[in-house]
Amino acid sequence: MLATHGESAKLLAGGQSLVPMMAMRLVRPGWLVDINEIAVLKFVAVEKDVARTGACTRQCVVERDEALAARVPLLRQALKWVGHIQTRNRGTVGGSLAHADPCAELPLVAQVLGARMLLRSAKGARTLEAEKFFSGPMATSARPDECLEEIHWPAWSWRRTGSAFTEISVRHGDFAMVSAAAQVAIDGDGRCVRAAFGVGGAGGTPLAFPKIAARLVGTRLDDAAVSDAAHAAAAETQPGSDLHASAEYRRHLAGVLAARALREARERARSL
Amino acid sequence: MSETLHAVSVEVNGRPRSARVPARLSLVDWLREDLFLTGTHVGCEHGICGACSVMLDGQPVRACLMYVVQAHGHRVTTVEGLAKPDGSMSVLQDSFCETHGLQCGYCTPGMLIATQALLNSNPDPTEAQIRDAIGGNLCRCTGYQQIVEAVQLAAERMAKEAK
Ligand SMILES: Cc1cc2nc3c(=O)[nH]c(=O)nc-3n(C[C@@H](O)[C@H](O)[C@H](O)COP(=O)(O)OP(=O)(O)OC[C@H]3O[C@@H](n4cnc5c(N)ncnc54)[C@H](O)[C@@H]3O)c2cc1C
Ligand code: FES
Ligand code: FES
Repeated sequence: MLATHGESAKLLAGGQSLVPMMAMRLVRPGWLVDINEIAVLKFVAVEKDVARTGACTRQCVVERDEALAARVPLLRQALKWVGHIQTRNRGTVGGSLAHADPCAELPLVAQVLGARMLLRSAKGARTLEAEKFFSGPMATSARPDECLEEIHWPAWSWRRTGSAFTEISVRHGDFAMVSAAAQVAIDGDGRCVRAAFGVGGAGGTPLAFPKIAARLVGTRLDDAAVSDAAHAAAAETQPGSDLHASAEYRRHLAGVLAARALREARERARSL
Repeated sequence: MSETLHAVSVEVNGRPRSARVPARLSLVDWLREDLFLTGTHVGCEHGICGACSVMLDGQPVRACLMYVVQAHGHRVTTVEGLAKPDGSMSVLQDSFCETHGLQCGYCTPGMLIATQALLNSNPDPTEAQIRDAIGGNLCRCTGYQQIVEAVQLAAERMAKEAK
């Protein structure tokens, strides 16, 4: 269908973004291809270094999966902020990533963890890193004839790994004004062995800061180091202004929230 | 131009229903306009207000964001399906009346679906859990406090009845 109809055909997953956009006549697809009854697109598989989710797995299923929460805790932490129970009962993981709202929570998790997207079309399959997948506001590098099939979420193996997600929005359940996600691993002495963090809503795509995070390795993640990293990251952001928040305010939030997420992640890691 | 019709069978409030519908027909429009189940309300028609909430296989969802063809082979429960078999009000519905959990009533069917779904999975919810369950349902009248009280009252009564 996608190969035949090209741009005029759209995949329909949970419909929680696409149907509102159709209702507002922002998109008018000629064809909708419903992927909700395709069983192979719905699964959660937790493996040694990676957790795989089918693209059409509902957000509520991912949120409740205990094995997944144990290995990739950021997913459950982020999903608490995604819409409401009713929207998570229909909305899918792949739909959220493909929709690529720069303020959405799951795309930020994908960016911070370096998730990989498995895309398939009639011509074959390919894998894209999150960094290459998100190409701009509401835009991905998936071609119109490609279906996101699976997402591979890296699972860190350090025992003392902690993560956290936080955001500021107008009301709980709304898209974030700015959000932040962090994951850190520490050794027995409390020294950081790996760190990753990023912010959403402060640019055209969710942003991760691997170079700045690398500077945290070897530190004890004390508040000063965390705050330096968060502010260095905020300085790199180029947020836009809108009715809800000015660019300056968003940049300020990016720094504050990134620091908060890093501290919370550190506390979780220390408690293990 | 006549549209292609698709055959669907959906269990609505325990009754099997079959119909031939265009692919573009939303679930909420079908329930209201073809089945005359006008208890389910339509507010925003784009997923924001929650007035159109129904249960799909027991889980609350927005009926304005689904097409009837997608409900084929599934179970749908509307607010009409919450009443007792003899047509009298359920414990939760009675509690809404008593605590003044509604004023104009526009949001009420959605609130009832959301909170009944909560009580089905969690008979003794905390206030925070109740607020979370209705987080996706807008009410312009009550200020939500009486709705929370209605759910608390219903939970108490259901616990007593179960004893
Ligand atoms: C009231 C409300 C509040 C919300 N709040 C939030 C929020 O706080 N944070 C948030 O992140 N989201 C929020 N959302 C949106 C979220 O619920 C959606 O689930 C998500 O954005 C899209 O997922 P979906 O499965 O519904 O996809 P759909 O709406 O079905 O599709 C979205 C887009 O992705 C494409 N697509 C879907 N699946 C695939 C696939 N497998 N391969 C390729 N392309 C695909 C579709 O063609 C379409 O263009 C909210 C929605 C509502 C209605
Ligand atoms: S009418 Fe469906 S959410 Fe408002
Ligand atoms: S009672 Fe009027 S909207 Fe809730």
